[in-house]
Amino acid sequence: MSVQTPGRSRPRAYRRPVSVWWWLRKPTYLLFVLRELSSIFIAWLVAFLVIMVFSVGRGADSYRGFMDWAGQAWVVVINVLAFAFAALHTVTWFLLTPKAMALRVRGRAVPARAVVTGEYVVLAIVTVLVLWLVLR
Amino acid sequence: MIAAVLLPVAAFLFGIAIPLGWLQPDFGHLSAVITNPVTIILMIIGFIVLIVHSAHRLRYLLYDGLKIKRRTLVGALCYGGAVVASAIMIILVLMAAL
Repeated sequence: MSVQTPGRSRPRAYRRPVSVWWWLRKPTYLLFVLRELSSIFIAWLVAFLVIMVFSVGRGADSYRGFMDWAGQAWVVVINVLAFAFAALHTVTWFLLTPKAMALRVRGRAVPARAVVTGEYVVLAIVTVLVLWLVLR
Repeated sequence: MIAAVLLPVAAFLFGIAIPLGWLQPDFGHLSAVITNPVTIILMIIGFIVLIVHSAHRLRYLLYDGLKIKRRTLVGALCYGGAVVASAIMIILVLMAAL
């Protein structure tokens, strides 16, 4: 027979409290949180690019108006930051992929360096392709 | 992966180089590239992935980074926001093409 003790809840495992500032304790923690922070800037970039696409669809005047707005100092500052965070996101992602995905070809592990190099090659091809498409 | 390979060049080109006048693409050409049906479909797919992935990471930023331990609320706001943002994005991108 179990006895309910009044005023006492079920025992719970003790969890050591962690400070809200845990990510300032080690450089690797800081890098991790900065990497996650890039999601905010990526969301900004998506919104920025979608509005840009929309303005292009509405004609040359609308596009010029958008680019005038985007040329203001504060928008450029946000975009420079967003570019930096996008680059951080890319570099850290390339560093972690060989750890997250163990590639095997004919039963032999592909060396991590080959995977990372391959990713930078893809990045270079996509970058050149986009520049060529837009500026041709 | 889409964010990793496409966003640096997109951010540089449309966020920095063109607004500052370093590069000036021909509008007729840019418009033709952007409103091409293939580009429109790829953009919609790509933007949905970016929005959902971004919301997913934002959720953990709030949950672990800022230690906001309202798990259901944070999840609902992030993923719900991603669905709403995707819908708005699809409407805007389709309006550009039509």
